[in-house]
Formats: sequence, C-alpha cells, structure tokens
Amino acid sequence: MYYRIRHYVKSFSLWELLKGLNLTGHYLFAEKFTVRYPEEKAPQSPRFRGQHALRRYPDGEERCIACKLCEAVCPALAITIESGVREDGSRRTTRYDIDLVKCIFCGFCQEACPVDAIVESPIYEYFGNQRDDLLMTKERLLAVGETWQKKIDGNLAQDSKYR
Amino acid sequence: MPEIHNFTLNFGPQHPAAHGVLRLVLELDGEVIVRADPHIGLLHRATEKLAENKPYNQSIGYMDRLDYVSMMCNEHAYVSAIERLLGIEVPIRAQYIRVMFDEITRILNHLMWIGAHALDIGAMSMFLYAFREREDLMDVYEAVSGTRMHATYYRPGGVYRDLPDSMPQYDASRWRKGAKLKQLNRAREGTLLDFVEDFTARFPGCVDEYETLLTDNRIWKQRTVDIGIVTPERALQLGFSGPMLRGSGIAWDLRKKQPYAVYDKMDFDIPVGATGDSYDRYLVRIEEFRQSNRIIKQCIDWLRANPGPVILENNKIASPKRQQMKGEMEGLIHHFKLATEGYCIPEGEVYAAVEAPKGEFGIYMISDGANKPYRLKIRAPGFAHLAAMDEMVRGHMLADVVAIIGTQDIVFGEVDR
Repeated sequence: MYYRIRHYVKSFSLWELLKGLNLTGHYLFAEKFTVRYPEEKAPQSPRFRGQHALRRYPDGEERCIACKLCEAVCPALAITIESGVREDGSRRTTRYDIDLVKCIFCGFCQEACPVDAIVESPIYEYFGNQRDDLLMTKERLLAVGETWQKKIDGNLAQDSKYR
Repeated sequence: MPEIHNFTLNFGPQHPAAHGVLRLVLELDGEVIVRADPHIGLLHRATEKLAENKPYNQSIGYMDRLDYVSMMCNEHAYVSAIERLLGIEVPIRAQYIRVMFDEITRILNHLMWIGAHALDIGAMSMFLYAFREREDLMDVYEAVSGTRMHATYYRPGGVYRDLPDSMPQYDASRWRKGAKLKQLNRAREGTLLDFVEDFTARFPGCVDEYETLLTDNRIWKQRTVDIGIVTPERALQLGFSGPMLRGSGIAWDLRKKQPYAVYDKMDFDIPVGATGDSYDRYLVRIEEFRQSNRIIKQCIDWLRANPGPVILENNKIASPKRQQMKGEMEGLIHHFKLATEGYCIPEGEVYAAVEAPKGEFGIYMISDGANKPYRLKIRAPGFAHLAAMDEMVRGHMLADVVAIIGTQDIVFGEVDR
C-alpha cells in the first residue's frame, strides 16, 4: 500500500523529471568547461600526429636522404619520392610529395624515417581551397618544418625516451 | 471499397537518426511497420581486400576505421590474430595496457552510444554530458598514441610506446588563469596513469548523472520499455553478441568465456538483462560503464607497480628502439627490412575474436606464408545485429525504428567494412 501511494505521489509530482531538471539546472550555473576555441585551445600531446613537415639539420642541410622507407611503409600510398644526385655528389630527393587527401595519419612515415626527416607536426589547423593546396610538395614541407622547427624539436625530444 | 496499399518509405541514407549511412526501406501500414529492409554498402571501403595487398603491419591503421567508435578493440583483434599465427607471447605489461585501453574504448563507445541514442529519442542534454567524459578519454588516447581516434597504437608483439610520464596541460587564456587554470590542470599534473585514475574516481558519479537523467524518466521509459524485444532463443539464433545478447539474458562474454590478454586476472561481473527490450539493453550498458571502470582501476594499480617492456624484443617482428636502430648495424637492417617488407607469417589460418563494445569482433586470417594475408575476413557484430532489424521493428511504430537503431548501436564502418 505504502509503495503504491509513493508511486502515485512521485508520478503525479513529476518527481524524476524534477530530479533531472535539478541536475541540468545545477550545470546551468556551474563553471563552464567548454573550451572557447579558437581563442583557447585544448591541450595537445607531444605525440600528436598532424600535418607533415620535413626537417633540416641545425646547419641548414636537409635531413632527407631519399631512402624511400616512408614511401614503402605508407599504407595509403600517399608519398611519392624521386631521387637524384646533387651537384656535390650526395643523394637527395628531387621530388617529395605527400598527398594529404590520401594520408590516413597513421604515423608510420615518422616511425620509419631513419634520420627523423619526415615528421608529423602538431599542426591541425590547415585547409585547402583547391585540391592542389593539400598536395604537399617538398618546398612546402620544408617550409612547414622551418616555421614549426622549435615546437617539432621540442616534441621529438620529449618523446624520444619512449621510442 | 478502394484498394489499400502499404506505403513504402525510405529511411535514410541521409536521415540524421540513421547513424551514418543506413538506408532502410520501410513498408508501412499506417504508422505500423510491416517490413524493414536494410540496405547496406554505402560506406564500403574494401578493407578486407586492401589488407590482402599490404604487409601485415600496414593494415593496423585500417582496423581503427572499421568500427570508428571502438578503435583499439578492433586493433586488438587484428594484432592478436597475427600473434597467434606467429606463436609469440606478448609482454605482460603490454597486455595490461591493452586491457586498460580496451576498457577505455568500451567506455568511449558506450558514451557515444548513450549520447546518440538519447538524442535520437529526444533527450538532448544527454549528448553533452556524454561528450564531456569522452573528451577526457580522447585526451588519454591522444597522450599515448598521438591521435584522438585512429590510434594505430597496438602492434603485433605489444604496443608501440609506453605510457607517457606527463599529461599535456591547458594553457592560460583570457578566461582561465590563476586558480581556475590550476583547478583545470589539477588532474593533469601527474602521469597519464594519474589522469586515468582521477577519471575512474570521477566516472561513477558521472554515470549516476546519466541515470538521473534517463533511468526513471517516464519519456525514456515510454520510448524504450518493451521496444524491440528479442527472446534469448532468437538472440542466439540470430547470432547476437555483446550487450545485445546479454540484454536478452544470456551471460555470454568473451572476456569471461575465452579470456584473452589478462582478462582472466581481472575481477569484474557481466550484467544481463531480463526481458530483452531496449530498456534492458540500456541498463546492461550502463552497468558495463561501471564494470569497465573497475577493470581500468585494477589495470592502473598493476601498471604502476610493474614497469617493463611493452613490446616484444624480437626485432624480426617488432621494430628495434630508435637508439638501437641509429647506433647498430643489426638494428638498422631490421628496421629497413620491417619497413619495406614486413615479416612473413607461417602458413595457417586463425580466428581471433575480442569482446568489442558492440559484441564479438573477430578476424579470420589465412596466411600462405607471405608477408601479407592471403585472406582476411572481418566478423563485425553490427552486421548480425542489423540483419535482425526486420524482425525487431516489425509491428512497431515508425518512431520506434529510431529507438531500435539506437539500441543496436550500429556503426556503419564495421557493417560495410
């Protein structure tokens, strides 16, 4: 009998709905946890895999030696490399394209690279107005590497003990 | 008497409640469903065929993209298939890391499910609460693997990298500085395990919130109780697994029945439903939140106390450490061999299944001794569940179709593969 009365009282007073409203009402006045992107940004791990970059040695020499490991390991076949001999006799890439439209950001290229040349940088805000804009050529990859050098080097250093 | 025809309605493929690209051809008698015909294949990417043309490791990334809300569980099935064929033993720490991330993945999946399911039925705010917790777990994913979703973290022989000793923190901004920022970064000051532990301490309270919003709610009950009832017998005959089967009252869980990794060392219960309706499946998944939380806690305690290798030290299968690769000729040769050619697996076939959040996710692999699979078959739980769609919705109203799609937890990445 008691339970039946309780049931009817709760049912007619919309008890469980009020409990729900109480919860949402509580959050209405609580501190907001939303990140106000783009002014504010969410924390980013040093292992983050974003847009690619080609790195250089501190003396300005490009790291990539055209071993084509990244090309071989790429599951999406997004990397195209052509190599040649430079005037000084060293082997370098003449063409290094990454098709960001094909890329699946698995990170295998940076794992495979024996000289830490190709890395996935922390950049996640990039776009293209045309298809071509997302085809990263060697020049553009090197340019990304130069602009973001400090951050990329920092991230690699932070993560090096785990790899 | 005029002749009365049934009305045929296309539900999807661009209906927001169709969970992606489901096209349901519904035959309606008034508002009652006479027949439901699911059309699949709109998200077909030929994963199985693609895997036949790549060395084994290169397909790991594609496994994430099958059931794209339970990423690491799919990887787990794939790498354990390879491991079984190779006959290798995974380091114990890696197994604990895998179990921890399988359970984190389960929570991630169920959070996505509860958010989307409730949103479909009309409880909008649920989605926001679920995504608040998802964000924390996504940060955990990012901290170990570098991506928030498609992790590519598991490798045959272990996991790629050990858990990091630090968590990334929020930067100061116009709105958050000083004490507020400190409060926000409080859980992020320690290691990744500290962060996850803080989450597990918080999470049961969050589940209570979800229950406050839904469990007793009369609208929620009206929409789910006695909707899509599947009897235990039919559930078995239809090849159900996971919460769909447990919701019907059959205590079947691969983590208990065929323990893989270190699940046999874990202390947890498997919840079962009583009537097999949508509400029971909801309750089962809610309880799985709590059980997963328990497993994660046990993993944290073990992982704290037991450092060690996280990947096999056999360089024929797992790449050597970078230090070794750069310093030693042997290491460099192994690294080049693995990157270009991969490894060969002895002839044979294997079926490896894991208890993915949606049910039994299995990989059937045949190797002819080459460095790529001869054939790869993916057993997706969602496929069997979707096949029962017709039976489950027959006789229900049009609006209940949405509730039943929600309760089945369909993800088209795995159904269409």
